[in-house]
Amino acid sequence: MKVSELIEKAGFRAVTLPDADREIKGAYAGDLLSWVMGRAKADDAWITIMSNINVVAVASLADVACVVLAEDVELDEEIKQTALDREINIISSGMPIYETALEIGKFI
Amino acid sequence: MSDELTFHFDVDGENFTSAGHASVKVKKILRELGLDPETIRKVSIAMYEGEINMVIHAGGGEADVSVDDKGVTIVLKDSGPGIEDIDKAMEEGYSTARDNIRSLGFGAGMGLPNMKRYSDEMNIESEVGKGTTITMKVYF
Ligand SMILES: Nc1ncnc2c1ncn2[C@@H]1O[C@H](COP(=O)(O)OP(=O)(O)OP(=O)(O)O)[C@@H](O)[C@H]1O
Ligand SMILES: [Mg+2]
Repeated sequence: MKVSELIEKAGFRAVTLPDADREIKGAYAGDLLSWVMGRAKADDAWITIMSNINVVAVASLADVACVVLAEDVELDEEIKQTALDREINIISSGMPIYETALEIGKFI
Repeated sequence: MSDELTFHFDVDGENFTSAGHASVKVKKILRELGLDPETIRKVSIAMYEGEINMVIHAGGGEADVSVDDKGVTIVLKDSGPGIEDIDKAMEEGYSTARDNIRSLGFGAGMGLPNMKRYSDEMNIESEVGKGTTITMKVYF
């Protein structure tokens, strides 16, 4: 399913959406960046509560379809701009990690 | 034998909140070269882990990346404290990262294992008090 479809179906909010048509093929939840790089697959939706700039780098290098921020985590404007520059989709679920994962699980 | 492309980067050891610039640039270059996404992903993650390690554990260093007809070679060289027990450092979960680093999401002790996993060949040379040089190869 496309990132834009997930936002609509799950009621998530777009934070940055430079590549709305990107296909999501799976999901991974985690906050320790090296675990994410070791375990997440390309085209996953990555659920996290981390909000520093390294999230953008990891999302880009690990080639995930989108970052899903749980728990209403907010991003600095500078980080959003970097995400847009690197074409990283970031969406916000407004829910804890477990509920976010369950919701995504309904659609993929 | 086709031409070899080489790229050199100085990795700043001061700023670990926004580290990873060299890896991000390399990813961009490899995309422009038209390499397949899986190779790019392997190189990107392996190099980023090594770059972050140089910033966090060694106060920065240098990265040299070369691309030839067989694959991509990454050499990461620092003059940091060196790694005393390489076997131990390679274990999943082993980390000496401090709390301020951990709060950024690093320090899981998974970086070196990831570098091993995503590269086809990896060699670590390290001398305590002198520094560390890590060479990784990812073949096409
Ligand atoms: N370039 C280096 N110079 C000195 N020590 C290093 C270097 N790279 C790694 N180490 C040592 O090896 C340990 C393990 O490294 P590894 O990358 O696996 O984990 P980490 O960096 O601590 O955490 P993570 O990579 O999961 O964020 C480090 O904690 C550090 O003690
Ligand atoms: Mg590391």
